[in-house]
Amino acid sequence: MSNARYVVVGIGNEYRGDDGAGLAIAERVRGRVPAGVTVVPCEQEPSRLIDAWQDADAAIVVDAVESGAEPGTLHRFDAGVAPLPARVFRSSTHAFGVGEAVELARALGRLPGRVVVYGVEGAAFAAGRGLSGPVEAAVEPAAESVLGDLDRLMNEEESCTNGR
Amino acid sequence: MPERRTIRTDYLARVEGEGAMTVQLENGRVEHVELRIFEPPRFFEALLRGRSFTEAPDITARICGICPVAYQTSAVNALENLAGVDVPEPIRMLRRLLYCGEWIESHALHVYMLHAPDFLGYAGAVELAKDAPEAVERGLALKKTGNEVMALVGGREIHPINVRVGGFYRAPSRRELRTLVDPLERAREAALETVRWTAGFEFPERRIECELVTLSHPADYAIERGRIRSDGGLDISPGEYDEHFEEEHLERSTALHSQLRGRGTYLCGPLARFSLNHERLSPLALEAAREAGLEAPCRDPFRSIVVRSVELVHACDEALRLIDGYEEPDSPAVTVEPVAGTGFGVSEAPRGLLYHRYRVASDGTILDAKIVPPTSQNQRAIEEDLRDVVGRYAELDDDELRDLCEQTIRNYDPCISCATHFLTLEVQRR
Repeated sequence: MSNARYVVVGIGNEYRGDDGAGLAIAERVRGRVPAGVTVVPCEQEPSRLIDAWQDADAAIVVDAVESGAEPGTLHRFDAGVAPLPARVFRSSTHAFGVGEAVELARALGRLPGRVVVYGVEGAAFAAGRGLSGPVEAAVEPAAESVLGDLDRLMNEEESCTNGR
Repeated sequence: MPERRTIRTDYLARVEGEGAMTVQLENGRVEHVELRIFEPPRFFEALLRGRSFTEAPDITARICGICPVAYQTSAVNALENLAGVDVPEPIRMLRRLLYCGEWIESHALHVYMLHAPDFLGYAGAVELAKDAPEAVERGLALKKTGNEVMALVGGREIHPINVRVGGFYRAPSRRELRTLVDPLERAREAALETVRWTAGFEFPERRIECELVTLSHPADYAIERGRIRSDGGLDISPGEYDEHFEEEHLERSTALHSQLRGRGTYLCGPLARFSLNHERLSPLALEAAREAGLEAPCRDPFRSIVVRSVELVHACDEALRLIDGYEEPDSPAVTVEPVAGTGFGVSEAPRGLLYHRYRVASDGTILDAKIVPPTSQNQRAIEEDLRDVVGRYAELDDDELRDLCEQTIRNYDPCISCATHFLTLEVQRR
């Protein structure tokens, strides 16, 4: 899907209430990302993630989750280090979820060098459009966090290259 | 055994989407089996009211992330039916090609990521990938090719936005379609390998007895057009659907259960298609079915994985045939003027018959819409199968029984995302 070295993937369904959070955050960072970063909305099932981050050195994935935390809570996981907690990433649009996509890619050696996964705690996933108040309020801080990560990842890369 | 036990899982793993299932056993006898599907596309039916008929394909495409083309196709079929428009052959062929892409993607996902692990003793595709990475890579490659077909014909957006009432916004050139030939030829090889692979699985002997319902067309293996037929002698046009099928509200559930009026449970999907239409598979797919030992009628839900694999071969083969014969249409779409009245449309989604009905005002405003997805239609058949399975294997412990129930449901590839949010499984023994 992309040859960019950095990719931000927002995953979800905007007709499922807060399930649209990942898409909304991806949309919020679009136009604010540095050159060379691709932003991909993914409304299909999450195994498409593996295509979305093909050839990328680093990927940031944003999804809605339902773990029992306060709605609007932003969870952040470094998926390169450990599997995503099943307790958090279970409310994906499809049961072959982000957690499975990450592990499948890991098993096949197709996980980018760095993968950061954000989970935005949703409140309501019933059919309907629009985010709930707490999730809507979390979109901008989440977007800033994603941009901060991108900045760090790209700087790390640069310092590694300089150090060679 | 304690007097009463309750088992609960957070969701039924590897069924696309979420729902809930309850099994109640009393003294080893099945008291109650219920598969709950909370949200049929009622929200979308409401959303459609008051919108222009030209918006129906875009809006209904959002119902399912796996089969948007099915929704678009049934929608345009219904609205063109109302207007009395038959699209020119090149446009119909393009639609069929787009639909083949969706079949490839959907079937590859189900066969490899969701269903095969059941037969090979793995908890899921991740565990399978550790031992058999080449098989899982083959599935992902197939899926990606289906994806490429959908992106090229359907438009490069997240949803296939290129479909409209009357045709397409833009028709691809012959040269563009030729770029799909190499990937599709590789996919066809992978699909043949898929048939050989799944045919070698071990199948418990199962046979379901309900009526099998599918679209049928004299010219081809029905996907985007045809009459509704059954092995019980049903042979009707889409406009007669409501006379022959009914949806029943069940207590304790917002789900609607479809049944054939006066005849009861029926099943649509790959088993029905293969059983009634196998003679119209491509010669290569038919040969693959023969080699796999598939016989029509096929009433074994476990063997649906082999049927899906055969349909993968057919979809790749058919896509290549359509590309080979493609002539660019004079215009990507024909004009469809609004007509007051009711239009009916059907098509064969990867999971089975998808029915749309629209009542439209003379200015093109949708007055009401009815959408019956295949999973709603199959729900009754799935429950009956579950009831039988639980009755036969009631002596298993709860974990084993739960696994068997999950497999039983997965055999039908229920796209519960079209219909529901959460899936819990509860086994109660009294």
